[in-house]
Amino acid sequence: MTPFKPVLLEAVGVPDGHSITSYKSRGGYAPLEKVLAEKQPVDVIEMVKSSGLRGRGGAGFSTGLKWTFLPKDHPGPIYLCVNADESEPGTFNNRILMEDDPHQVIEGIILSSYATRASTAYIYLRYEYPHSWHRLQAAIDEAYAAGYLGTNIRGTSFSLDIYLHRGAAAYICGEETGLIESLEGKRAWPRIKPPFPAIEGLFRKPTVVNNIETMACVAQIARRGVDWFKSIGVPADPANPRDPGSYGPKLYCLSGHVEKPGCYEAPLGITARQLIDEFGGGVWKGRKAKAVIPGGISMGLMTESELDTPLDFAGPGKVGCLGLGTAAVVVIDDQTSIVDFLHNSCRFFAHESCGQCTPCREGTSWSLRMLERIKAGKGRLKDLDLLLEIGQTMGMMPGSTICGLADGAAWPIKNAIKKFRGEFEDYIKRTNPSGWMVTDPVPALQIVGAH
Amino acid sequence: MIAQRKVLTDEMVAKIEALAPRYPNRQALTLPALHIVNAELLHVPLEAVVEIAQVLSLAPAEVQDTLTFYQFFHQEKPHGKVRAFVCRSVSCALRGGDHLLEHLCQKNGVEPYGTTPDGELTIEPAECLGACDFAPCILANDDLLKNMTPEAAEAELKKPRARAT
Repeated sequence: MTPFKPVLLEAVGVPDGHSITSYKSRGGYAPLEKVLAEKQPVDVIEMVKSSGLRGRGGAGFSTGLKWTFLPKDHPGPIYLCVNADESEPGTFNNRILMEDDPHQVIEGIILSSYATRASTAYIYLRYEYPHSWHRLQAAIDEAYAAGYLGTNIRGTSFSLDIYLHRGAAAYICGEETGLIESLEGKRAWPRIKPPFPAIEGLFRKPTVVNNIETMACVAQIARRGVDWFKSIGVPADPANPRDPGSYGPKLYCLSGHVEKPGCYEAPLGITARQLIDEFGGGVWKGRKAKAVIPGGISMGLMTESELDTPLDFAGPGKVGCLGLGTAAVVVIDDQTSIVDFLHNSCRFFAHESCGQCTPCREGTSWSLRMLERIKAGKGRLKDLDLLLEIGQTMGMMPGSTICGLADGAAWPIKNAIKKFRGEFEDYIKRTNPSGWMVTDPVPALQIVGAH
Repeated sequence: MIAQRKVLTDEMVAKIEALAPRYPNRQALTLPALHIVNAELLHVPLEAVVEIAQVLSLAPAEVQDTLTFYQFFHQEKPHGKVRAFVCRSVSCALRGGDHLLEHLCQKNGVEPYGTTPDGELTIEPAECLGACDFAPCILANDDLLKNMTPEAAEAELKKPRARAT
């Protein structure tokens, strides 16, 4: 592997790296001044669009293209919401960016607001990040004092305020319209689309929702150029006209059963095995991996034999996972029960389903009940088919829910049972020798801890 | 007629009003207001909901509707002076998160979400705290407790801590 010098993480380990002085000494804010002096908003949109930057929050949609969906010549206001409700299990790259290099994020927000003609940007920050809260607020204050925020920035007609808005521990606020509802002071129930936020979003005004890491990428594209960004990653597949490619550096979060968990920056397209071996020091205790989550728990599971899959936007889908997601790679070693893993996953989604759509609310809750029963030694082989049926019927893809988080709840169930069915069957037969073959309805166990 | 406020102090209302220019309407102040009240009272009783609604020109039901969506805000009684969120999501669970939670509940004689009788400590299971590089971890007020063993966590949670901000 050719050595890759971190860019998004260049401030990590730098003394006082989070201060504006340090950021400017590394070349920060100069690109912003240049853009404000020389470029029109449309030029910035064009720059980001031609860089091929795809949103880092999970869906991987083209950032520049998203911006072009805003209505032209809108009288305003237009809002930018920055999604810092990083709640996908296994994911912590936004936290690192906000704590160690908040000005990189803020410069990206200013550039993105300039491009989209937003005059107010809200950073929706999850409650669980108090340290990020303090770091970001201090950085915002520094940026105001330096004249990068406020009215008539650098003598132009462009004005921008950035406000921090704190969530209250709900996973669904990471869904962009759930985030908007929450910001408006309501329960975070995702909206039916269309209208998309670009047409009618926050406070019923045109709105762009972008992830923290996406903002950092925008700052780096402005500093280093489109060609630099496009020189990293995996080019578009010429045989597939629908593949926009996976360009740029990516922050991979590595956790679980590895020797050295951490947030590592690598070109998009590194394989899971490279990541685990070269950055993570291998699977812990000299063991082997049984399964690996490629991008946050909702992306499903890869088996050991699938670890050479490149972690770009197209890779995990080729082995039956939902996608790259947040690029949070969680390693599960060969001594861990896959039944325990799936129970943990189902418990998470049963707890975090917002309850708006019946298939997700009931599906996540009943899948947890079934897993509780299986773990209590009362599983039946039929349960595996029932679980699969739940997995196949809830989500946007089967068309039964408003938001895609239900697909994320379904994927670990589908992947776990399809890829590890033998282990589930062995477990059920071993723990329920007299009842595993029963197919009559059985009552659910009383469960603790779902709500 | 403006009703007499009994729970919200002038200081809390001033803090809420200071945020008002950030938003084009007053409903958007709901979550900030709930946080401001919760930071002081360690819970948001029904009386506070009614008074927040008055301050924000909303129906109490609108504020209550939002509050109940987020499991974050206790309503019946205050949480402990230290509120410890023990992560139970996948990365922490793989490194002993569930065991950590069980140990802490048992040693402190509380059920999950429970508060010790002296009102010092509440232990709550939490979904991913976004600190999987330090699994298993605990968020105790504003402090992230990293790579916790049951024994280390037990000792950490006995220490006094600044209020959550």
